[in-house]
Amino acid sequence: MTGAPTFEGSAGTWEVVIGLEIHAQVTSQSKLFSGAATAFGAEPNTQVSLVDAAMPGMLPVVNEYCVEQAVRTGLGLKAKINLRSIFDRKNYFYPDLPQGYQISQFSDPIVGEGTIYLDMPDGSQRAIGIERLHLEQDAGKSLHDQSPTQTYVDLNRSGVALMEIVSKPDLRSAEEAGLYVRKVRTILRYLGTCDGNMDQGSMRCDVNISVRHPGDPLGTRAEIKNINSVRFVHQAIEYETRRQIEEIEGGGTVALETRRFDPSDGVTYPMRSKEEAHDYRYFPDPDLLPLEFTQGFVDNIRESLPELPDEKKARFETEYEISASNAGVLVAERAKGEYFEALVASASDKSGKPGSEIGQDCANILITDLFGILNKKGLSIEQSPIGHRSLAGLQALKLDGTISGRIAKDVFVEMLETGKQAADIVEEKGLRQVSDTGEIEVIIDKIISDSPNQLAGYKAGKENLFGYFVGQVMKATGGKANPQVVNELLKKKL
Amino acid sequence: MADLTELTLAEARDGVRGGTFSAVELAQAHIDAIEGARVLNSFITETPERALAMASESDARVAANDPRPMEGVPIAVKDVFCTNGVHTTAGSHILENFTPPYESSVTQNMWDAGGVLLGKTNLDEFAMGSSNETSFFGPVENPWRAADDGQSRVPGGSSGGSAVAVAANIASGAIGTDTGGSIRQPAAYSGIVGMKPTYGRCSRWGTVAFASSLDQAGPMTRTVKDAAILLGAMAGFDAKDSTSVDITAPKFEAALTGEVKGLKVGIPDEYRLEGMPAEIEALWNHGAEWLRDAGAEIVPVSLPMTQYALPAYYIVASAEASSNLARYDGIRYGLREDADDLSDLYETTRASGFGDEVQRRILIGTYALSAGYYDAYYLKAQKVRTRIAEDFRQAFENVDVLLTPTTPSEAFVVGSKSDDPIAMFLNDVFTVPASLAGLPGISVPAGLAANGLPLGLQILAKPFDEQTLFRTAQVLETAAGVTSRPAPWWKEAGA
Repeated sequence: MTGAPTFEGSAGTWEVVIGLEIHAQVTSQSKLFSGAATAFGAEPNTQVSLVDAAMPGMLPVVNEYCVEQAVRTGLGLKAKINLRSIFDRKNYFYPDLPQGYQISQFSDPIVGEGTIYLDMPDGSQRAIGIERLHLEQDAGKSLHDQSPTQTYVDLNRSGVALMEIVSKPDLRSAEEAGLYVRKVRTILRYLGTCDGNMDQGSMRCDVNISVRHPGDPLGTRAEIKNINSVRFVHQAIEYETRRQIEEIEGGGTVALETRRFDPSDGVTYPMRSKEEAHDYRYFPDPDLLPLEFTQGFVDNIRESLPELPDEKKARFETEYEISASNAGVLVAERAKGEYFEALVASASDKSGKPGSEIGQDCANILITDLFGILNKKGLSIEQSPIGHRSLAGLQALKLDGTISGRIAKDVFVEMLETGKQAADIVEEKGLRQVSDTGEIEVIIDKIISDSPNQLAGYKAGKENLFGYFVGQVMKATGGKANPQVVNELLKKKL
Repeated sequence: MADLTELTLAEARDGVRGGTFSAVELAQAHIDAIEGARVLNSFITETPERALAMASESDARVAANDPRPMEGVPIAVKDVFCTNGVHTTAGSHILENFTPPYESSVTQNMWDAGGVLLGKTNLDEFAMGSSNETSFFGPVENPWRAADDGQSRVPGGSSGGSAVAVAANIASGAIGTDTGGSIRQPAAYSGIVGMKPTYGRCSRWGTVAFASSLDQAGPMTRTVKDAAILLGAMAGFDAKDSTSVDITAPKFEAALTGEVKGLKVGIPDEYRLEGMPAEIEALWNHGAEWLRDAGAEIVPVSLPMTQYALPAYYIVASAEASSNLARYDGIRYGLREDADDLSDLYETTRASGFGDEVQRRILIGTYALSAGYYDAYYLKAQKVRTRIAEDFRQAFENVDVLLTPTTPSEAFVVGSKSDDPIAMFLNDVFTVPASLAGLPGISVPAGLAANGLPLGLQILAKPFDEQTLFRTAQVLETAAGVTSRPAPWWKEAGA
């Protein structure tokens, strides 16, 4: 492992220690303890059952599908699944918390320790420990901007299932934290257990952060609550690291406190003082039995797991003989990996060449050409204007020598603009590569006779003038001449 | 026609079914009885129109020769069961004007069985109390009065209104909830039968919660047979309550064979309290003799953890209550007081909405769950609870049922214990242990104290063995042969 990043301050070298709590909304039609719907963006208070509103006498009944999703996520995080876990009540008063307590898991979570791996930019890998994953209810939403004098409450989110994924304090920089959030999101999306849409609030982060001199015991941590984008995670950590170092070096101490990050100025602010600190009075929820399931239940879920990004990446590297960094890009989204494999399969079909031979070329056109265009247009891979079969058509023309690599780039652009198939474009525009030696010989002879000075120079030992002749031939053929044939003939004639 | 309110629940059921009288006649007789007994304050809400409408439907069913199991039987419902479209207050100011848009599972089961709703009965606020004196709607008066002083007596609690509705022939039967004795203790004080089923036998869905791990609905009737019939209409698995147990309720009424030959009846030594009145001890001994005479075997047993039951109960129940009652915050429904800010809103609403006893328990429970005290109180109490259940489990390896007094005394004078919460808590000393263990228990009228007030004996049985419980209770009831009824002084007082 490479050394952890450090920060130089006036009092020496500092290291930042970060742990993340990710709140991920479970992908499920209904809530954790009621049958109410969970769709995003519904009219306020239209997805609220009697249970969600905490009417007298209402009781929670655990949604088995949400339990299954939590187990699936635990397996995806390579974590220990606890066959027995307990729902606890976390007691506090707030208008958007109808029961006056949140049902969560405190002492006995459904998922225990696990590990996820980060691919660092230098090619190394970092293992980050998962402390636990537990299921809990979301609260409703307080709307402070609907009236100058009153706060309104929307209970649509009240009772929605969340997974809280807690990392160990293993992260050492804003960059690592960002990679960690992205990696967790990728895994959740592969599993289909959370859509990972941070802008819709289905994934949020709390960042626990402290600084110390390397080798010292952990410093006092601050917790920055409710960050809703990877960029803000980055900014909040950078700011908070500097703040804590400056605080300590200025003779002060870091307070154990909850802070919030304001994206408008990039600053973290304290949220509540110690006097208002909550005593949540956790205790097992007597309305719910301990959550118990069998190893068979877990094994069934394990069998239904999709191939996960780490495994897929390793397979891509061996099966298609592509670089680790290319494989990393291709597996970052499940759909990208699927597109890549479909492209290779079609191109392999059309060209008769094995995937191991054409994999790198297919990876290149995706990563350098298609993804860039999609990114620019704000499209997802599913919305790509060029499907994998059409793109395979282009690859096949390149592979069998019908067109050159340079022409292929032009055809790609043409395909994007017109939606036409590569073969049609090549045909219409006469872009077929010329490999006919007789035809090329005629052109070469003319160029040699038109360029006596260059010929003399070349013969006198100016070998770099060879490139001049190649360029002239390509120019004369509109780039269609097969470069290999041109080289051979020129060598012979010169 | 004879006074229909004098009939047992079984007689009322059979009369409607057999066409001896109509369900509407039966309902009307009870509606009149409610009006004539308002001085007892046993109802918070009367529902005469609904009763007559339901009774009409019952008559139609009988006419169509399609009667349901409890067709036309008028029932009084403790005001913690949510009833669709009918005020449900839990005896509290904070829910004074609350009308639920849903029906509790237990009451729905009863209506599906043909029962008729007479109204909602008074209770200690949020079922917290042993005398029915903590109700926002005022105390309920016991129809029984002592021969010597003639003073108003409490009916016990928290299901005091339901107990009185049955004792004073205002309803054919009533339902209550029992958390630490809230059915059995008022049954004993009011001279009726009160039964708490095994935890999980009746659904808690739609019942205003006091202490979730203890609350259990049960029947209150004038005979053991009536209790068996009524429980049959209430019980059943409910997928909406995770703690409801998924087993089919047996036919309780059919278990009443009158036969206890060879039954082993345990007498727990630790229930012999120091300073317990001699007449309670004597009654207990009588009870054992009656059962022995009927062929049962009397076996002394030991339940060593008994002395810790009461403190453990008050910690566990209060802890759960402190959390269960957090939802009454003035935000969505119920009382809301004017306030300057959010904290003020919570504080003023809850201070004015909850009475002293409820506030006391919320404070006890909050304290017991607080950081630094959780292990010493809540966790310790849970450990005690486990040990108590283990005591019972071991005892039931050797015996089929246990026989104990229901209460350590007869009904006390209204107001006499209001200033002494500990003395009040002691009322539950014999009922609380079985609650902590989730066991079924029943109080049966077994005799009268020297001052003429009723006394009860309690039978406890193994989990889900309500059949043996009812069978033993009926033998005890028959042997005790209590026929005294309270003199109906309230009819004159109300006139």
